[in-house]
Amino acid sequence: MLDLTYEAPKPKVIAGVKHDWELVIGMEIHAQVSSNSKLFSGASTQVGAEPNANVAFVDAAMPGMLPVINEYCIAQAVRSGLGLKAQINLRSAFDRKNYFYPDLPQGYQISQLYHPIVGEGEVLVELSPGVARLVRVERIHLEQDAGKSIHDMDPTMSFVDFNRTGVALMEIVSRPDIRGPEEAAAYVVKLRQILRYLGTCDGNMQNGNLRADVNVSVCRVGQYEKYQASQDFSHLGTRCEIKNMNSMKFIQMAIDYEARRQIAILEDGGTVTQETRLYDPDKNETRSMRSKEEAHDYRYFPCPDLLPLEIEQAWVDDIAASMPELPDAKKARFMGDFGLTDYDANVLTADLESAAFFEAVAQGRDGKQAANWVINELFGRLNKEGKSIADSPVSAGQLGGVLDLIAKGTITGKMAKDLFEIIWNEGGDPAEVAAARGMQQVTDTGAIEAALDALIAANPDQVEKAKVNAKLAGWFTGQVLKSTGGKANPAVVGAMVAQKLGL
Amino acid sequence: MSMTGSANTWTIAAARDALRKGEISAVDLTMACLTAMDAGDGLNAFVHKTPELALDQARAADLRIAGGDAPDLCGIPLGIKDVFCTKGVASQAASNILKGFVPQYESTVTAKLFDAGAVMLGKLNMDEFAMGSATESSCYGPAVNPWKVDDVLRTPGGSSGGSAAAVAADLCLGATGTDTGGSIRQPAAFTGTTGIKPTYGRVSRWGIIAYASSLDQAGPMGKSVRDLAIMLGAMAGHDAKDSTSADLAVPDFEAALTGDIRGKKIGIPREYRIDGIPAEIDALWARGREMLRDAGAEIVDISLPHAKYALPAYYVIAPAEASSNLARYDGVRYGHRAALAAGDGITEMYEKTRAEGFGPETQRRIMVGTYVLSAGFYDAYYNRARKVRALIKRDFEQAFAAGIDAILAPITPTSAFGLGEMDKASPVEVYLNDVFTVTANLAGLPGVAVPMGLDSKGLPMGLQLLGRPWDEAGLLNHAYVLERAAGFVAKPEKWW
Repeated sequence: MLDLTYEAPKPKVIAGVKHDWELVIGMEIHAQVSSNSKLFSGASTQVGAEPNANVAFVDAAMPGMLPVINEYCIAQAVRSGLGLKAQINLRSAFDRKNYFYPDLPQGYQISQLYHPIVGEGEVLVELSPGVARLVRVERIHLEQDAGKSIHDMDPTMSFVDFNRTGVALMEIVSRPDIRGPEEAAAYVVKLRQILRYLGTCDGNMQNGNLRADVNVSVCRVGQYEKYQASQDFSHLGTRCEIKNMNSMKFIQMAIDYEARRQIAILEDGGTVTQETRLYDPDKNETRSMRSKEEAHDYRYFPCPDLLPLEIEQAWVDDIAASMPELPDAKKARFMGDFGLTDYDANVLTADLESAAFFEAVAQGRDGKQAANWVINELFGRLNKEGKSIADSPVSAGQLGGVLDLIAKGTITGKMAKDLFEIIWNEGGDPAEVAAARGMQQVTDTGAIEAALDALIAANPDQVEKAKVNAKLAGWFTGQVLKSTGGKANPAVVGAMVAQKLGL
Repeated sequence: MSMTGSANTWTIAAARDALRKGEISAVDLTMACLTAMDAGDGLNAFVHKTPELALDQARAADLRIAGGDAPDLCGIPLGIKDVFCTKGVASQAASNILKGFVPQYESTVTAKLFDAGAVMLGKLNMDEFAMGSATESSCYGPAVNPWKVDDVLRTPGGSSGGSAAAVAADLCLGATGTDTGGSIRQPAAFTGTTGIKPTYGRVSRWGIIAYASSLDQAGPMGKSVRDLAIMLGAMAGHDAKDSTSADLAVPDFEAALTGDIRGKKIGIPREYRIDGIPAEIDALWARGREMLRDAGAEIVDISLPHAKYALPAYYVIAPAEASSNLARYDGVRYGHRAALAAGDGITEMYEKTRAEGFGPETQRRIMVGTYVLSAGFYDAYYNRARKVRALIKRDFEQAFAAGIDAILAPITPTSAFGLGEMDKASPVEVYLNDVFTVTANLAGLPGVAVPMGLDSKGLPMGLQLLGRPWDEAGLLNHAYVLERAAGFVAKPEKWW
């Protein structure tokens, strides 16, 4: 792996009327654990089932029912922790967070307040080549998801669907190390990418499988450094928490709005009230949900139905041994092994499917050329048709076959694009399709020479101009390529033009 | 045990032997109990009767016995405390909030009993959600102690008061109970019956309606120590569905009843000599010491210095857990839901449902529990109580590490009191009933109640023995020695 060193980005500064202000952001990401069954029951986590089809007795909080820890969910949390280079706590414990809501059948959520399964870790968030923020992760804990209340089925009644009740969530809590809206979005993108690489969360934000609570505060320039030196939060402003964000765009807009709202209050001589807020994308504003005074008293206490969770270091080691290559390592390897640019390496490692496709194409071929073709031709075409890489009509093997024909000199780049189009629409083996359609570049120098000689004889003026200005010799090359219908090799034609004109 | 008298008066051991010898059929044995059960309505012990199920189970048991495959409990008629969820049979923990609740699942304990061939006569009265020591907080009204003197109706104790009354009145051969702070041992003492609270984790809690999860433990109640050994053998064992259940082998408890405790050390905790303890209880305790000494055990004074904090610690931890455990009774999914007025929302639904569904004692404990867990009071109450609990546990560990095999102590400060007698008492005075019993729950230790005799009023009195964790076998053997020495054979005069 390359030893990459990064420079920290500048914090976002918002100019107020009186002062400049900096942003301080911390995030709590709720990531639904990819697992077949729920955190404490055997009920399925499958989405799209009939309402209340995936509900075990314990999920519905029937009297006398007890939770039993799903070992796979624990393994997923450990895997996620290892992916964030985090401390794995061999002893953790579950607590009850008590509150009343119809979609919370037990009247409490089983969570991990006091002893989370995963401790301190980090996420490197790259913002541009050589510029990255190292965001510290405070902890990851496991907890139960709630069900879903449905208020629009009946004018007087509400309904509840417990299918999601008890599905495992990881809450990934960052330190307040994020310094601007773009960084915040980039943090979510990077975290999501890592979890998807690990297979511990599918990252589907539309379904709410990954959602963010964003803590925003503002401070005067210089205050953050004092906090960094002392870890004393009193140097920072009062934070507000924006709940339940599930779009990168809205995360940025909400942070920007919220920071400006707080700045306006502070510059007016007011104080920011610590509270929970909701973002309204239609109006682009945040609104108070409940203040600290109205905040629930969750009456956390250790869940007496579950013994403390003890795991063995050897078990953690087994999980560590089965870890996949993570995005940073893969990117460094792609840059090192295939000579990719930072940008291309980012694009190609964004998700595992793209990376695997590229690697299959690039293996034993020119890496840069493979990257160009995958990014420009394939991704361009997929985007245009709204298809994902998994649905690509052109396989990595087929694209590799096209590149092989270029490398052998059988076809020109221009012809390769036509061939790609045919394969996209009709499929087939590139070499066979090219042969069947007579797609073969002209390498017969006799034919090229005859065409060129005729051209020189017919255009003496152009010959004189080219002799004065060598750049104009390209006209002859272009004319020959045109007259041969793109089948002549441009390099061969160019060399012959230079020789004939004595350049 | 004598084989005279109607079959419902037999011990489990006697009935087992008679069934195996073909001297009686399970159906006839069950019929005798059903008749006694119906005649015992005045005791208000059974709150849901299941005679048809009982006869079906008895017939199946007779086939099993005929086939030579007869576990100890095969064909034995039992009563089941209403706190156990029984599939297809109303299970309400004596609370209005679970009115009409019929579980679609069978608790692990009852499933194990039925697998062993036991017959269920019906569900037994109890304090609402097992909160109480008189069965007076039941939505069905109080159970009545068959021991009646001076023409005063008395409590059978609680919370397993229905179980104790049913066993003492011979309405069944044995019963299940649960013990969170003494709810098996205290009713046993008040009714002249036996009962054991096993080590926490010995018996699965799955399917038992929770009161305080870290303290609740189910156990048998019966007419003899041997019957406890037989029933516990069937009830105990690891259950993957209960994470707090211990993965330990279940010994043959009955085989452990050798009657030999020579050389064993019996601890007498000096902190249990509380002020105001009636002389009769003190004298009973002394007699128990003598009996064990006469059997060859060594009597040792011990100290459990933190025992005096057990009662307040218990009345913080148990309500705290209860306030959370009972949050699920919200009217959304099952049980009682209040009729709502136009414009009422979810908050009104919660408030009205819970106000109507929970009785006063349950509401009190929910409020106390909510208070002690609230921000700002958590450390002063709940956390401090947990620390006290750890110290109490350590006191016992040190006693056992010093070679003590079992601890002998009173169960209750008095014999059974009259129904309604505690109505004017403050909750704290009522809670004082539990002063001798809650320590075993806080420490997770097994405790067994043994009837010792009658007091001057003619009411039963018992003593408890507390044992090492997981040593129910040794503990039952000590209890067996005490039982034989005490020779308690009195039965309440039938008045109901």
